[in-house]
Amino acid sequence: MMKTPFGHKVYAMAAEYPSAAALYEAAKRVRDAGFRRWDVYSPFPIHGMDEAMGLGKSWLSGWVLFGGVSGLLTAALVEFGPSWGLYPVNVHGKPWNFWTVPAFFPIMFELTVLFGAFASFFAMLGMNGLPRWYHPIFNWERFSRVTNDGFFLAIEARDPRFTEAGVRELLEQTGGQHITIVHED
Amino acid sequence: MDAAPTAPETIKEAERQIARVPLVLHRRNFSWLTERISGVVEQPAPRWWWVAFTITGSAATFGLFCIGYLISTGVGTWGNNIPVGWAWGITNFVFWIGIGHAGTLISAILFLLRQKWRTSINRSAEAMTLFAVICAAIFPGIHVGRFWMAWYLAPIPSNWAIWQNFRSALMWDVFAVSTYFTVSVLFWYTGLIPDLATLRDRATTRVRKLLFGVFACGWRGSNRNWRHYEMAYLLLAGLSTPLVLSVHSVVSFDFATTILPTWHTTIFPPYFVAGAIFGGFAMVLTLLLPCRAMFKLHDVITAQHIDKMAKIILLTGSFVGYAYTMEFFIAWYSGSSYERFGSWNRVFGPYWWYWWFGMLFCNVLSPQLFWFRWCRRNVLVVFFVAMCVNAGMWFERFIIIVGGLHRDFLPSSWRMFHPTWVDIWTYIGTLGIFTSLFLLFVRFLPMIAMSEVKTAVPEADPHYTTPPGIQSVSPGGKERPR
Repeated sequence: MMKTPFGHKVYAMAAEYPSAAALYEAAKRVRDAGFRRWDVYSPFPIHGMDEAMGLGKSWLSGWVLFGGVSGLLTAALVEFGPSWGLYPVNVHGKPWNFWTVPAFFPIMFELTVLFGAFASFFAMLGMNGLPRWYHPIFNWERFSRVTNDGFFLAIEARDPRFTEAGVRELLEQTGGQHITIVHED
Repeated sequence: MDAAPTAPETIKEAERQIARVPLVLHRRNFSWLTERISGVVEQPAPRWWWVAFTITGSAATFGLFCIGYLISTGVGTWGNNIPVGWAWGITNFVFWIGIGHAGTLISAILFLLRQKWRTSINRSAEAMTLFAVICAAIFPGIHVGRFWMAWYLAPIPSNWAIWQNFRSALMWDVFAVSTYFTVSVLFWYTGLIPDLATLRDRATTRVRKLLFGVFACGWRGSNRNWRHYEMAYLLLAGLSTPLVLSVHSVVSFDFATTILPTWHTTIFPPYFVAGAIFGGFAMVLTLLLPCRAMFKLHDVITAQHIDKMAKIILLTGSFVGYAYTMEFFIAWYSGSSYERFGSWNRVFGPYWWYWWFGMLFCNVLSPQLFWFRWCRRNVLVVFFVAMCVNAGMWFERFIIIVGGLHRDFLPSSWRMFHPTWVDIWTYIGTLGIFTSLFLLFVRFLPMIAMSEVKTAVPEADPHYTTPPGIQSVSPGGKERPR
């Protein structure tokens, strides 16, 4: 673990960029330099940034598929179990054969959507490691602008290619401003 | 053959014609948007807010009293009778649930269609959806009479072995409305997370920092997070789109699966969905036009946004007009004397003025003003039409429900419906609950999705380069010229 002369653990070296376009160009350079543990921060999602960072498609969709299928199966169980097995109710003498099955579909659809939506929400939090009450990047006072109009890039000290001089040079070359070391604690 | 016109003026003129009007006017930059939108939440409440909240809060309180009176005394306090077993209660339910649909249309369907103008209005429209569904959910609950037995609606294993009839349209409705509410909350909250982080980072007091910090879940705008976030948002939009179309279809099944003349029709699902979006957009405009004026949001909610919403009202209003016409045609074409009488009774029966004023004037005729650009651009005309549609959609539901019930097959059982003061004040009470919740929402949460509206600014494009001679406007910069 890297430490500053004052004994603070180093989390990352970070820089601020003046615009989304500058951050996008810088991300491509950092990606091409072969870094793995780094991230960019922006007030809104930047179109094309996933490719610029070398990230693929998010497979959160897999969780949503899982959620949707379990919703469908839950609905099937909750409906057919009582209606056909446990407690069949004859309502108004209405038909009672296989061809009435479509009448069960609306609730199957609703629960598919409901479970899919829950999966989407909780997978988003889970895959992002949220909720999280603390993160070292918040130690940088300039960083509070990230939810306003700030564009930031941070390369973590854990990255095998991380060297103080090398990363500083790369951030300077890509037009980074206010380059700084961010403390872990 | 003439040579193609290549003069620079011609090209310039063509470019001017196809150029898009920016969604955020006066080149407001990111921090201007943050300041203006967060400012609404951070500054002390203006005096008009307190006046409005006192009025709506009083109406809400009296509405809650009426609900308490209804529950403690019985459904007899309403004007419902035999044969009019469903009256204002279900009219209000359908009215409110329909209003919610515009919020989901804006947040989900327009998102899938890549309509960036939605970003200025989606947050408040989604909030409106939630509050409208809350108001809607009150009515079936209190209408069942024995409110404390409302849990019978839920499939809970109990030693009484009471199970729901899952093939009933009313049961579908329970699932559709509760799913709709839950998914709308998830969608709304997912959208709120980055904006709550903005308020957290701007908070000056410890309490605000703590509260916004907890609800922002530690959001830090990381692109590795945005990647999953955007996928989650896309999938929530994809799930909400069929959901919203299903909800009002299922509501219409409550009527269409019966054998009552004028209810027993196959046109109901699409007709109800179009009507819901129609009425919902009118309510969005009713809420947003005053907010836009009071909080000076003209650069974010522009004339272009209002114009587009007016066009959607014109489109869906014309769907509704077509559906009304088709109902008459089918009633005639069916050859059923009961259907024919039901339609005739709507227009010339005892509730004739509900039809002439509510359905014909408010719903079919008044939106036709929006064929004219001048009307779509005039805030007062837009507000007037929106109010007409709000009223008209309530009358439409009343006509469908009470109009169908009060004169059915057997003339000896015909009876009129007369609302009691409890009917009237319960409805006014839900208007109060709805507006009070909306006022609290604009007071405590950002009413415009900051992180989304910023993507509609040209500088958000990673390939954007500043054209020479153009400067964006920072906070404290030149105000919009009046």
